[in-house]
Amino acid sequence: MILLKSPQEVEKMRRAGEIVAGAHRSVREMLRPGITTAQVDRVVEEYIRGHGGTPAFKGYRGFPASVCASVNEEVVHGIPGPRVLEDGDIIGVDIGVQAGGFYSDAAQTLPLGTPSVAVARLLEVTRAALLAGIEQAKAGNRVGDVSSAIQRRVEGAGFSVVQSLVGHGIGRSMHEDPQVPNFGRPGEGPALKVGMVLAIEPMVNAGSPDIEVLDDEWTVVTRDGSLSAHFEHTVAITDEGPMILTEGSIGS
Amino acid sequence: MAKETGIQVEGTVVEPLPNASFRVELENGHRVLAHISGKMRMNFIKILPGDKVTVELSPYDLTRGRIVYRYK
Repeated sequence: MILLKSPQEVEKMRRAGEIVAGAHRSVREMLRPGITTAQVDRVVEEYIRGHGGTPAFKGYRGFPASVCASVNEEVVHGIPGPRVLEDGDIIGVDIGVQAGGFYSDAAQTLPLGTPSVAVARLLEVTRAALLAGIEQAKAGNRVGDVSSAIQRRVEGAGFSVVQSLVGHGIGRSMHEDPQVPNFGRPGEGPALKVGMVLAIEPMVNAGSPDIEVLDDEWTVVTRDGSLSAHFEHTVAITDEGPMILTEGSIGS
Repeated sequence: MAKETGIQVEGTVVEPLPNASFRVELENGHRVLAHISGKMRMNFIKILPGDKVTVELSPYDLTRGRIVYRYK
């Protein structure tokens, strides 16, 4: 069942989203080759708790940390640890916050050092696909309009869309109905209405779309070892169109 | 944090069980308990042992699924 949020509840989610955005900003400030993914996790957890929020991922179905840190061929759900980030790596940082009883969720993929032209393109296309999806997130459209916009942008650039992981509704729980795939056909799926809040999150692989889960039962990797990028915003559907509640999470 | 969606696999129907459920043997050898999807029910599509079908597996229980397509 898709739960609709009142304008006051959307406002609470926007406040949680501000904490998410601030945490992402801190990551951008401290990210450099030589640091570990565990250090990224620590910075984020401190920021979230220091601003009155609770990390949403820690303890969620057993996830052990406050951020998902996914490096290079890791798609999502990487567990922060002693891995040292090196020049040329890309890291997908996914942050979720609970504040005032509501959740917000956003992600960005950042390069370490100066990325190659090909890598920069992967990041740019994924970011653009997210924005293309958000543009379609308005009342009167359907989930399929968002999904197909993302798919078209990604496949048009020669990359592939991960199919077995999807975006989702979000509110008083992290994962709510509906599922928001990153592929689909326009006009299909549940109707979008004012009051719905969606976490739209394209996951894009440079090579094939197939993925595997590692033995830690969390980390998702590309089967062919190609790079993968992930960007996400929590978006409310308002009568004035889509409103990004996690504005500022993604740098330019 | 992304959510997993059901993975689709092909299989062959082994035997019918009560309540429009079927035992299906998948390509990878696993046997799962699958029920017929509402859409197929609505369109009066019959499923018999020996039919080749597509099963959508639940990410939370890989021994259960939903039959979403029957091949000609």
